[in-house]
Amino acid sequence: MGTQPVRHVLAGLALLVSANLAMAAAPVSAPSPSPERAAVIRHLVRQDCGSCHGLTLKGGLGSPLTAEALASRSDEALLATILNGRPGTAMPPWRPFLTEEEAKWVIQWLRNGAPE
Amino acid sequence: MGDSMAEKRRSRVVHSIRRSCLRGWAAGSALLLGASLLLAGCASPSLRGTGDLGVVIERASGSVQLVDNTRSERLATVKGLGDLSHASVVFSRDARYAYVFGRDGGLSKVDILAGRLVKRVMQAGNSIGGAISSDGRVVAAQNYEPGGVKLFDADTLELLAEVSTHDATSGHSSKVVGLADLPGQRFAFSLFEAGEIWVIDVADPRHPVTTRYPNVGRQPYDGLASQDGRYYLAGLFGEDGLALLDTWHPEAGVRRVLDGYGRGTEKLPVYKMPHLRGWALSGGQAFLPAIGHNEVLVADTRDWQLRAKVPVHGQPVFVMAEPSGRRVWVNFAFPHNDTVQVIDVPTLTVVKTLKPGRGILHMEFTPRGDEVWLSSRDDDKLVIVDTATLAVRRELPAASPSGIFFSWRASRIGM
Repeated sequence: MGTQPVRHVLAGLALLVSANLAMAAAPVSAPSPSPERAAVIRHLVRQDCGSCHGLTLKGGLGSPLTAEALASRSDEALLATILNGRPGTAMPPWRPFLTEEEAKWVIQWLRNGAPE
Repeated sequence: MGDSMAEKRRSRVVHSIRRSCLRGWAAGSALLLGASLLLAGCASPSLRGTGDLGVVIERASGSVQLVDNTRSERLATVKGLGDLSHASVVFSRDARYAYVFGRDGGLSKVDILAGRLVKRVMQAGNSIGGAISSDGRVVAAQNYEPGGVKLFDADTLELLAEVSTHDATSGHSSKVVGLADLPGQRFAFSLFEAGEIWVIDVADPRHPVTTRYPNVGRQPYDGLASQDGRYYLAGLFGEDGLALLDTWHPEAGVRRVLDGYGRGTEKLPVYKMPHLRGWALSGGQAFLPAIGHNEVLVADTRDWQLRAKVPVHGQPVFVMAEPSGRRVWVNFAFPHNDTVQVIDVPTLTVVKTLKPGRGILHMEFTPRGDEVWLSSRDDDKLVIVDTATLAVRRELPAASPSGIFFSWRASRIGM
């Protein structure tokens, strides 16, 4: 957990130098949560999002949340889905439990393959 | 880690075997000869039954604990069962083998007497559970990906047949939920996307015969067979109500019950799908989770009319009547999953609110209900509660435990 900020700095540097323009263009100005809060959020996503999307995030009653599965979805659409849910489906709104900044962080974390 | 863990595990198994040896055997000197001799020497005298054994899913590590619910202890851990992030278990009818259905589509047959994995097949991409036929010869697995149901020989796990839920019009295969055995070599299940209930007759398990009941309601999320196998009830996520099939009168088709139970009140978000099984029906009443309301619905099973709504702490996940039927235990979806409530049946009121641990995912009664075992995922423990006093009797360590399945299920319809 202590290496988390370092990993983010490295990831940020990688973004700057990589040719992955799609990721660099993502509207992510979200500051990283504290290491403690990040651990809580990772647990929330794995365990509680995982109730439907699978502990390994490969899907269940809900769709998979792997990096590949999310590749075709925009950050904006994912952010709206996480915070507001999707009416008419089983996806509930997570706004009571995540700030907008944290939801943006979750999207990037999922796009990075949800590392521990 | 591997060595010390293995050593610990071995000593635990030997410990429990040694104890049964001592019970059956006077010759203590043989103990000095070492574990392997012990195992060999023990083979005949250490007879025991399986009626008080059980399986606890350790969801994060792909392992199951084998437990003894008379002595409240762990006997062994069986590893290598794949992704058990969601898992369920049915038992062979001699209550010796547990069939474990894992999230990754793995179907594992575990010998709970010997404490070992007997056989394992990968049968789907994403699976949710299964059932065993009334004659104990056919194990059925219900799948999300690619959808449908697969039938296996209970002895060999040889694939016998596949029932596809592929719909030519939509091009999709419905996810299968709520698979339950019915008397007479039949299974019932529901199709999440298609909104149908299907009953398959597996008298000839290589050639199952399907009866379809379309248009039962939107998004059935789980289903149950009553303990006499007469009724199949599917809960609906997309509508306020349940779909009921009376298998004594199949010609009457599926009808809607408890229709519009939440009418006039706003639906709350649901952060975990409730689960249904035959424990919902007891003493002529049905106790069911409302969807999107912090309530337990109580219906009369003679006319299936709503009798009461019991206000509870959160969105119910499991609503389970004690074997005696005297009380009903309820656990809850996130963010209320640190709480368990007990409903008194004669008065239909909550008489106790427990905070037994964080992430209470499942509850299981001992065969006659003197205890209930709770799994606390986030505190890595099992909590054993005395149902007479509602006091905690004991806690046992377990790694991220979820489902607890005791072997009494082997002899129950719909389990």
